Amino acid sequence: MNNDLHISRATRLSTWSMVALAVIVIIMAAAPSWAGRAELRLFGEFFLYLSLATLWNFLAGYAGLVSVGQHAYVGLGGYAFFALTMLGGMHPYAAMPVVVVAGMLASSVVALLVFRLRGAYFAIGTWVVAEVFRLSFAQVSSLGGGSGKSLSLDIVRSLADGRAAREAASYWLALAVMVLVLAVVFVYLRSRQGVALTAIRDNELAAKSLGINIWRSKFIVYVLSGGLTTLIGALIFLQKLRISPDAAFSVNDWTAFVIFIVVIGGIGTLEGPIVGTLVYFLLRETLADLGTIYLIALGVVAILIMLKAPSGVWGLIRGRAGRELFPLSRRVCGLPDKGA
Amino acid sequence: MDWINAIVQGTLLGGLYALFAAGLSLIFGVMRLVNIAHGDLIVLAAYVCLTVAVMLGLHPLVALGLVMPIMAALGYVLQRVILNRTMGGDILPPLLVTFGLSVILQNSLLMAYSADPQKLQAGALETMSIEIGPLAVGTLPLIVFATAVLVIAALQWMFYHTALGRAFRATSDRQDIAQLMGLNRSHVFGLAMALALAVTAIAGVFLGIKTSFDPSIGGSRLIFGFEAVIIGGLGNLWGTLAGGVILGISQTIGAKFHPGFQILAGHLVFLAIIAVRPRGLFPRVD
Amino acid sequence: MPDVLLSVDGLDAGYDDFQALFGVSMEVHPGEVIAVIGANGAGKTTLMRSVSGLIKNTGPQIRWKGQDIGALRADQIAHLGVALVPEGRLLFQSLSVEENLIIGGRTGRKGPWNLRRIYELFPILEERRNVSSTSLSGGQQQMVAIGRALMSNPELMMMDEISLGLAPVIIKSIYAALPGIVGEGLSAVVVEQDIAKALQVSSRVYCLQEGRVSLQGASQGISRDEISRAYFGV
Repeated sequence: MNNDLHISRATRLSTWSMVALAVIVIIMAAAPSWAGRAELRLFGEFFLYLSLATLWNFLAGYAGLVSVGQHAYVGLGGYAFFALTMLGGMHPYAAMPVVVVAGMLASSVVALLVFRLRGAYFAIGTWVVAEVFRLSFAQVSSLGGGSGKSLSLDIVRSLADGRAAREAASYWLALAVMVLVLAVVFVYLRSRQGVALTAIRDNELAAKSLGINIWRSKFIVYVLSGGLTTLIGALIFLQKLRISPDAAFSVNDWTAFVIFIVVIGGIGTLEGPIVGTLVYFLLRETLADLGTIYLIALGVVAILIMLKAPSGVWGLIRGRAGRELFPLSRRVCGLPDKGA
Repeated sequence: MDWINAIVQGTLLGGLYALFAAGLSLIFGVMRLVNIAHGDLIVLAAYVCLTVAVMLGLHPLVALGLVMPIMAALGYVLQRVILNRTMGGDILPPLLVTFGLSVILQNSLLMAYSADPQKLQAGALETMSIEIGPLAVGTLPLIVFATAVLVIAALQWMFYHTALGRAFRATSDRQDIAQLMGLNRSHVFGLAMALALAVTAIAGVFLGIKTSFDPSIGGSRLIFGFEAVIIGGLGNLWGTLAGGVILGISQTIGAKFHPGFQILAGHLVFLAIIAVRPRGLFPRVD
Repeated sequence: MPDVLLSVDGLDAGYDDFQALFGVSMEVHPGEVIAVIGANGAGKTTLMRSVSGLIKNTGPQIRWKGQDIGALRADQIAHLGVALVPEGRLLFQSLSVEENLIIGGRTGRKGPWNLRRIYELFPILEERRNVSSTSLSGGQQQMVAIGRALMSNPELMMMDEISLGLAPVIIKSIYAALPGIVGEGLSAVVVEQDIAKALQVSSRVYCLQEGRVSLQGASQGISRDEISRAYFGV
């Protein structure tokens, strides 16, 4: 008699992983006290790229929306932040939530257009939208037009008193956004909406026949991703202290490399983007001196992984047993062991 | 009159865009492959022509005769060695692999040639013009447009009146069953890519003659090409020409309002068209 | 061995995670028509696709005139003279009727079959030669599919459920054409759900049940009882 059968999401591994994650976050939160300036910047960049990768994976790996135009929101975030603070006189911290709202509004409008397209057309459509953003912002002379603009010292100083404090503030913002992004995606995937998403990914027609509203599910994911990507963009250009259309809307920096990260790490899992970002920064820091060769190596690695190990490095690690670090899947517990 | 001039210039510009797009249309139509590296391959062709022209002391349009087989061979190898492994139903593998190729190409060209802008010298051809009525029309744009029409007509004829074209259509319809007819799928796709890159060679050489180029401009050429293909509709080569012309005219008219508005105008017209007709104007295939 | 054209010996075949055939053995001799019957999902189509090379095999389980063809590609096998009329017709939508037939002859094999003879066999196709293959009726599409396979001048024709979805009177007319096809030294494997038809046109029959051969023998000497048992596995 199996009276204690129950459904559980947690496994030993995932429970310990969550504990380990919490510990890591606490340690990293204290980084301004133990890490140097260059390291803080590196960590900050890491957090922001991880966030971008997690969101792109959310979009493409879970919702099946293979967008090649998320860099539109990175640039939008940067420009919105610069505009709100320098032209609108807002305090940088106050501008952040407004940036998110701006991103969500913009992505809602864009979704109305691009959701009419399928597959390759959708991908190209999102890229064209990003180009429209870039060319439009290049026309705005109060934001520097084609050559760009630097963040004024006043704005920078209003972050915190003193250089070290400002670096810490910038760093903590990046850490906080990463935690926020991971939390949002994790909570969403654990919810009923998340199960619906997986159903859509696996078989759209079957999902529809179960009453799942495909359009709405995808719309929510797209707008959430857009809003958060916009926030990340704001932080990226806060760090860089300068914005220009080409840098803000660079398809290589904010789309190609992000896609590489997700695929190298393992698309369709929450752990994948984390692994991918680690590999990306490992490659970058070790090969940095070789300049363009590093980028060629990155391209080669991405191609090799896609052809030889399509479920990425995490896919190789997790194996057929489907180990996961984040407690997402439900499993039946309490079944008697079946032996071999 | 100014407007008529803009329309004529736009139409001729459309010829160049149609050349960018013709190879893409072929690949997308036969294999449903989204080749992100297509624009960079156009730029590669321009660089190859530069090297051949300089090394052998040839006029770019003569060097083209060598560039085409080089690019065709490259296309065949690329398809058989790498891209054939990405063909399945999913859009992500070919997208990612060609993104990878794009990054590799751009940076390889950067290493080999530096970021300095280059140009193919075509001599007097670049400045010659013909009087058509009250308009002065550049000879080069006319040649490009005429070439585009010829290339598309040739591709069209190949598709519908030759055994190779039949093989392309059959393999595109049902890869499996085509094999039962004795068609080697890998080889057929390789030939399609070879042909597409031969056309791309023409596009690249004309691009290089028309404007200065550097390793980074591939992305925007890709977008113009895709816009032309999508506006025209999948599986319709003449549609691709129409798409190119519509794009060209949108850009030149946009430029009349404001010089910085040229490319943006093209994108906006593209978005407007697919908002109303998500499958393009004259799609032939699903 | 010139005696045996096709021999399948202990074939295990299937798809990624799923094995459909378990140790299937079968032989076809020159000039024979054999029938393969079985319920839906018994593995008949998997068998056809394995022999024609659409499904990869390992090991020397499929031999054509003594040569191991398991590792060959489908297009290579087509050149050897094995033709498949696939289940569901599967004509090329972008090609006209005539183009579908012409591409059937792509292998360039010599033999009695050409466009003219196909049109003699199925006159309606000549009337509709330039029409898109998708606008034909089911029966006419089946004729195109058969003609397409014949154009490759095969030595072995495999026909997978050619009566599927067709009206009885159409099925009758298609099977009426079969002797004219097979008579010229062509061997055939006919996969059918219509048992009576299958037994009528064949000299030997194999019955598949859940991926295994449950019965084999001369078509004339088998009782209905035996067939029912083999078909349903009771």
